[in-house]
Parts: sequence; C-alpha cells; structure tokens
Amino acid sequence: MSTDTQNTDLGLSGDGHVSEHPPLVEGNYSFHDITELVAHHAEKKTPKLWYPAFGLAVTVTGLMLSMLAYLVWNGTGVWGLNNPVGWGWAIVNFVFWVGIGHAGTLISAILFLFRQKWRTSINRTAEAMTIFAVVCALVFPTFHVGRVWAVYWMLPLPNQMLMWPQFKSPLLWDVFAVSIYGTVSILFWYVGLIPDWATLRDRATNVWRRRIYGVLAMGWTGANRHWRHYERAYMILAGLATPLVLSVHSVVSFDFAVSIVPGWHTTIFPPYFVAGAIFSGFAMVVTLLVVARKIYNLEDLITINHLEKMNIIILLTGSLVGFAYITEFFIAWYSGVIYEQYAFVNRATGPYAWAYWIMMTCNLVAPQLFWFKKIRRNILVMFLISINVNIGMWFERFVITVTSLHRDYLPSSWDYYSPTFVDVLTFVGTFGLFFTLFLLFLRFFPMVAIAEVKGVMPEADPHFYDHSHGDGHTHEAEPTAVPSPAVNKEDEHRG
Amino acid sequence: MIQLPKLFQSEPPNPVFGVMGEFPHPGALLDAARGVREAGYTEYDTYSPFPIHGMDDAMGLGQSILGYIVFIGGIMGVSAAMLMQWWMGAVDYPLNISGKPAFAWEPSVPVAFELMILLSALAAVGGMLALNRLPRPYNPLFYSQNFTRSTDDGFFLCIESVDGLFTVRNAEELLERLGAQNIEVIYDHGKLDEDLLEGDGVSVPADPQVVSSQ
Repeated sequence: MSTDTQNTDLGLSGDGHVSEHPPLVEGNYSFHDITELVAHHAEKKTPKLWYPAFGLAVTVTGLMLSMLAYLVWNGTGVWGLNNPVGWGWAIVNFVFWVGIGHAGTLISAILFLFRQKWRTSINRTAEAMTIFAVVCALVFPTFHVGRVWAVYWMLPLPNQMLMWPQFKSPLLWDVFAVSIYGTVSILFWYVGLIPDWATLRDRATNVWRRRIYGVLAMGWTGANRHWRHYERAYMILAGLATPLVLSVHSVVSFDFAVSIVPGWHTTIFPPYFVAGAIFSGFAMVVTLLVVARKIYNLEDLITINHLEKMNIIILLTGSLVGFAYITEFFIAWYSGVIYEQYAFVNRATGPYAWAYWIMMTCNLVAPQLFWFKKIRRNILVMFLISINVNIGMWFERFVITVTSLHRDYLPSSWDYYSPTFVDVLTFVGTFGLFFTLFLLFLRFFPMVAIAEVKGVMPEADPHFYDHSHGDGHTHEAEPTAVPSPAVNKEDEHRG
Repeated sequence: MIQLPKLFQSEPPNPVFGVMGEFPHPGALLDAARGVREAGYTEYDTYSPFPIHGMDDAMGLGQSILGYIVFIGGIMGVSAAMLMQWWMGAVDYPLNISGKPAFAWEPSVPVAFELMILLSALAAVGGMLALNRLPRPYNPLFYSQNFTRSTDDGFFLCIESVDGLFTVRNAEELLERLGAQNIEVIYDHGKLDEDLLEGDGVSVPADPQVVSSQ
C-alpha cells in the first residue's frame, strides 16, 4: 500500500476538486439514473426475501418483549446480578449499542465538516443505524430501573413527592446526554431526508404514496432560496452533532470514571470510550453495508473505495483503542496504588481472563490486518473482521464492567458473575428490534441520500460546463444576456 | 401568502403566479439566474434537485440569518439548564451529597452543554422551516407537470408576478433570450387541486399554456 494514494483518497489535500480523486460514483450515471437507482428500491414490489427476513426479525423482537414482560412481572432478580456485580449485561449492552450508534453521527456530521464527499453514499444508512442503535440502547437502562412505571423519575418533572433529580450524578447526565443524542440524531436525519421525500413524492404513482411522502416532504420544491437556509441548517446541525457525539460517550464513560472503583476511576476513559465507540460503529456500518449494497445492487454508489476508507478508520480507531488498553495497564502500575494494580493483573490473569483475551485478540490484533491493501479491499475478509470487532467491543464493555466489580475492596464479598437466560435472550432480542427497524428503513426510505450524491457528481458543478466537455450547443444559446465580465469575475472568485 | 375567503376572490379566477422556464444543466441555470438579476428582477427563484454552488452570489442573496437564531437558542439552553440545576438542587430540594456544595458550576456543565445542543438544534430546524415558510402543502408550481422533475434532474427558473417589472410577455422574452426551454405560465389556483391527488398524478393542469418550447 502507499501512503500517498491514501492521503489523496481521504481527500486530505482539501481542494474540493472531485475530478482528482477516484470517482465517488462509478459507472457514468446521469442525475436521473441516480434517482432511479435509489428511489426504485422504495417503489418496487416488496422483494420476496424481505418477508421471511422481516418475520424473523419481528419474532426475535417478540422474544425481547416477552423477556422484558417477564422481568417487569418478577423484578430485576431474574437477571444474573449479584452483590458485588450490580451492573451486568444491562450496562454492557447499553454501552455497546450507544457506541455502535456513534459511527452514524461521525459519518454524517464530522466527515461533513471535513468535506469528505465520499460520505454521501453511506450517511443515510449510517444515520438510520444510529437512531435504531440508540433505541436498542435505551431498552436496558429503562428496564434496569426495575419499576419501569416510575422511569419518569429520571426526568426533572414536577411530581407529588416534591422531589427533584440529583444533578451531581453522572447517571443523570447520561439521561440528558443519550435522550438528547437520540433527538438530535432524528432531527439531523429528518432534515437530510426532506429533499429525498420530495423526490419520492414527485415520482409517486398512487395517491397514498404521494400524500404520505408529500406530508413528509413538507412542500419542498428545491428552490434556491430554500436551499440557502437548508444548507446553513444542515451545516449547523453537523456542527452541533460533532461535539454532541463526543460528549455523549464521554458522559457514558463518566458513569464509570466518576466512581472510585479500581479499574474505573481513570481520566483516560472519555477519549478511550469515544475511540472505542467509533471503532465499533464503523465495524457495524461495514457489516450492514456489505450485505445491503449486494442485495440492493448499489455497488456503483457504495463502492469498494468507500468500504476501504471505512476500513482505514477501523484500523486507526482500533489502534487508538489498543493503545488505550496498554496505557491503562501502564498507569495502573505507575500509580503505585495496589488496588488499581490488582484490578488490572486480575483482568488479564483472573477468572475473567478468557474475556480479556477475546477482547485483546478481536480489538487489538484483528484490525491490524487492514494494514494490507488487499485485505482492506476484500469483501469477505472485511466482513469477517467487522463482525470480529463487534464481538470484541462487546467484550471490552463486559471486561470493564464485570472484572472491575466482581472483586471489590472486601475479599469476603468477592463473587463470580454469570448471566441468566433472561439476560442473554433480552440482548439477542435487541438485535431483532434493530433489524426490524432496519428492514422497514430499507423498504420505505430512500436508503442513499439522493440529493447529496447528485451534489458531489462532477456534473453538479456549474463550471463543469465552462470548458470543452459537456454539450457545447447550450452555451451558444445563453451568452446574449450575460455580459462576460461578470462571468469572469465570478470565475476568479470561485477558482 | 394569506388566502382570502372565496367571496372576495372572484375577480380573476386564476391569477398568474409567474413564468417558468427550464434549463439544461446547473451551469446554464447559474448564468440564467445572473441574467435575470441583471435585468432588474428581484422576485424570482431557481429550482434544482441539489444546491448549486455560487447560486446565492448569482442571485445576489446574502448570508442566511439562521446562525443568529441558533445562537439565541444555544444561549437559552445554557441559561435554562444552569437556572434549573441551581433552583432544583440548591433552592427547592437541597440534598447533601458527600458534603459537596448544593450548587457548583463544574458538575452542572454536562447537562448545560447537552441542553445547549438540544435547543440550538431545535432552533436550527425550526428556524430553517420558518424562514422557508415550510411546511407548505399548496404551491402553484405543483400544477406544472414538468416541474416534478425539479427533484429529479430538472433545472428551473421562475419569475414571479409579484415583481414590479413583471409582465408575462417580458418574462417570457427574457427567459427565451437566456436559453430557457419549455417556458410556461404558472397560474395560482389558490387551492389543492383534487385532480393532482387522484389517478396517476400526471393529470394535465387546467390552464398552463406552453408558450414556446425550444
């Protein structure tokens, strides 16, 4: 592999000339072809395979709902929690799902601010993934409160007890962080969807489709006076979502870091959690897109170059996470605190050593294969590595949560924690919920941002038509009314 | 636009909304917008499936004021969060947590930050919709069958009749001179057309006459 190509691939040169990069859209499409290619999937008859897939996903969601009903009926005792380990799979799964969501915001917001135009073909799917992952994450804290009917106590609502939440607790910060993250993600997603709803509305052939998409599009016409405010709003939302996504996982890490439990009480947690979240999220995006682009024949829009760029980010963030693992160990030793030192030695050699080494292999070793260009561009291998990373990142949260708790300061209360079938099936069930929502998205939504993809095609640049390429005849028709000095001035200004 | 009751609206049943022409590509639309502006018109707009770079300059539009609205939203978010945490934690329901002060700014930062983001984001979306006068279910342009391509691959420019310089003939001539195709007069029917919502959606609108093509 060569670093030079990589840098230009990532657009680090920063000059916005699309032509210098490998094409973002392959296969010589016109604007209309792009509309057809994407809108077609939301308009055609439901593919046969969709029904069994959806049926399976709904069944698994039903499994989750029955497990939750069982828990509400009997109490949280049906989970495997015990006295030192008061936080088991529930928080592990919560952090896992929230982390997965973060890649969506990263792709939609941070890459937008960095003018990474390749994001346009994947951001819609990634944002959908964010929202669905946050929904799955919220299941766990909501039901972990035990008395789920009193869950509104977490919010600062006036109540008959004349009590308010306690704002010095990181758990309450988390309530704000995650619920606002979900809300802003939905707003961002919706704003991005408005022009594409309008496209579907204008193509609709039956009354109900036109009405429903018409209501969703809110009367969008593509007027430039609208695009002006729209683009500004989109940029501001990206600017807001960027610090938001960093703050959300930082606040999640405060749940641990603000306590005094050895293994949790470290200042490295916020950046380390954020890197881990992006790492796991990108792995999930790769897993989903490898399948979706194949089924939906979108290989020309979501190209191997897109996947390779995501693999580079997985490699980068995976190395950051691995570096954090090693730093944690070093700091534990360097601190001179015996409890801290014991917590880390126990992680690597104690009763949960198996989980620790699964985490190390999946997160630190496996992504390093992406140093090789051949592997970064191999669909099967990247699919396996991405699943591997998802497993590894789940184990990271398991290791952090459980190994730190199961041996606290008092040896008489040490215990071994294992989940019950309710823990396991609830977690499996959230995958059903995730895929139910994702399949609905694939069926009824424009799964690629149509307007944005058109906007990054070379033909979208008005100056594409200035020179020899393009159709010369149209030029002859215009110039009478357009005094050339103005054009030249504009060119200098733009160029 | 405020809709007058039917009673007072009897004069011209279908007042002209504007004259619209189509252009072959974004470059032509940009030049045309500049040409219309130089001809002195102010009430016109271009329509495209994606935002076109340089169009704001070509049309002489300044910066969007949305940033100021968002700024106000952000300030309100921070102040509301700080006031809430101080009043709830230090005034109405003080709790002694490990001897920490009832209110201090440091632990109040995360909630203040998150609420700042929330109110800014709501201001950004709400402000954008308000500035664009959306949602807008009725729009005279929806009567043009050709106009459905504005969200696909069509590039349009419409000079509106509210402009002081507007006459149908002048606008048509200007658009023709600028190289427009499929020039049509758009009428303001003033209501949602039931025909448009029924059948296959390609029903021919009541009166737009295609004045000239090519």
